[in-house]
Amino acid sequence: MNAPRAAWLFLAPALLVLGIFFLLPVIGALGLSLTDYDLYALADIHNLRFVALHNYLALLQRPLFWSALGHTVYFVAVGVPLSMLTSLGAALLLNSPLARCKPFFRTALFAPVVTTVVAVAVIWRYLFNTKYGIANFVLGQLGIHPIDWLGDPHWAMPTIILFAVWKNFGYNMIIFLAGLQAIPPELYEAARIDGASAWRQLRHITVPMLGPTLLMVGILTVSGYFQLFAEPYVMTEGGPLQSTTSVLYLMYDEGFKWWNLGSASAVAFLLFLIMFAVTAVMLKLARCGEPREQEPA
Amino acid sequence: MNPRTAKLLINGLLLGASAAALFPLLWMLSVSLMHPGEAGALPPPLWPAHATLHNYRELFLRAGMGRYLLNSLAVSTAITALSLAFNLMAGYAFAKLRFAGRERLFRALLGALVIPAQVAMLPLFLLLKTVGLVDSYAGVIMPAMATVFGIFLVRQYARSMPDELLEAARIDGAGEWRIFVQIVLPLMKPIMVTLAIYTFLTAWNDFMWPLIVLTGQDHYTLPIGLASLAREHAQDTELMMAGSVVTVLPVLALFLLLQRYYLDGLMLGSVKG
Repeated sequence: MNAPRAAWLFLAPALLVLGIFFLLPVIGALGLSLTDYDLYALADIHNLRFVALHNYLALLQRPLFWSALGHTVYFVAVGVPLSMLTSLGAALLLNSPLARCKPFFRTALFAPVVTTVVAVAVIWRYLFNTKYGIANFVLGQLGIHPIDWLGDPHWAMPTIILFAVWKNFGYNMIIFLAGLQAIPPELYEAARIDGASAWRQLRHITVPMLGPTLLMVGILTVSGYFQLFAEPYVMTEGGPLQSTTSVLYLMYDEGFKWWNLGSASAVAFLLFLIMFAVTAVMLKLARCGEPREQEPA
Repeated sequence: MNPRTAKLLINGLLLGASAAALFPLLWMLSVSLMHPGEAGALPPPLWPAHATLHNYRELFLRAGMGRYLLNSLAVSTAITALSLAFNLMAGYAFAKLRFAGRERLFRALLGALVIPAQVAMLPLFLLLKTVGLVDSYAGVIMPAMATVFGIFLVRQYARSMPDELLEAARIDGAGEWRIFVQIVLPLMKPIMVTLAIYTFLTAWNDFMWPLIVLTGQDHYTLPIGLASLAREHAQDTELMMAGSVVTVLPVLALFLLLQRYYLDGLMLGSVKG
């Protein structure tokens, strides 16, 4: 057996799977988004018509699409910085030479990451229950009126953001921890000798040295948060008053509730384009910011 | 700030953060052992007055949770075994076997990572419908049988393997498959464990695709079954908490047992990657 043939045989199963179950459907989605594939076409393929960019243009005129996009951007814009700051804070604490019982704290803080979104969302629905939830009970003790966390359009998304931060911060914490441990201790040594305060060490050593990690984590977290779906599905069913309907929630409803597969594919592609553009902008900004000092993302 | 205060502050913050991370999980366990209606009281009870397994009995005897549990186990195990095999083979080939267009193909795969998986879901559903695989285990398992991330992770690890070892085996006349099984696989054990845990957890917790492709409850996995229960029994808090315990406990236990491999692997992957 010669080497190239062996290599292709080793690659074949994985490439076939990715080709058939990912590449082909992605190309199919592009095609599908240019048709009016709906319930009638599902019943009889002869009802299918080519509509060019009609789905996209129709979406751009639908208030529901813009509000779903708005909710998703809200979730990303508030959730990602909050999540990353929590992760970075936890990693800094864990990395401190003064911290005790590190393995225990590391495990405890990471535990929410391995749990199932649906299951823990059910718990949070109870914690933030208007009547019996412990959140309102604690607020009540402080003399604050109960908040209708998941039933008030103003509070539903903040509650979901809080949930997402709790659930996800442990993952990035581990990545940051790895990044922190890779910073040479001599740098801090030198800074201490020069009399730099802890805050200045953080700003002038830790953050610049973590730069590439911050960028990578930032991009991954942003694309993860753009894919918001399970949390509103379980906690609010997209409500109240559609205040937690995300872009993917819209795609799911459009595709698998109303069977407008053509229009749903257009939603998916628009989401992809938006995510792609945001990632490109982040990379660009990071490159521009490189000569100067890097701000924490 | 003197060192004593700093030490107190840091450990206090860590303790507080850990409590916040664990509290919902511990309370879930506690409420799951309460009698129906007990959790709907003020102040919210922290402990069951008389612990009972009533909710678990209800779940397994009436709500079909046993079936969902077995489905989840079967689907996640199959996904882990198959994707581990395929990703190992492909990752090794990208790292150590020479063929034309290797780097270009690998870059193309990495490039595909920017496409969110949901883009593929609608046509994939139609594809599986055509071949009659909607509402089957295969419909959940097959699309997950290989991942770019898995291939990437294996390739990163396999690149550090010494070439001389493989060359020596080739000179001795060993076939490529034998080299892979007898020399490469034993050396890849650490990354295999990491990848296996990661894949199993991802498969177990996966929600959106199973929700789409599993249309009947016979094939429901735990997250899908739990979500559908949560819509029916929204006010049965104790029952829902027991359902959450059944869903979360297996993966949490797996993580606690194997966390060393999992977390170390994650840190390794992030530094190299």
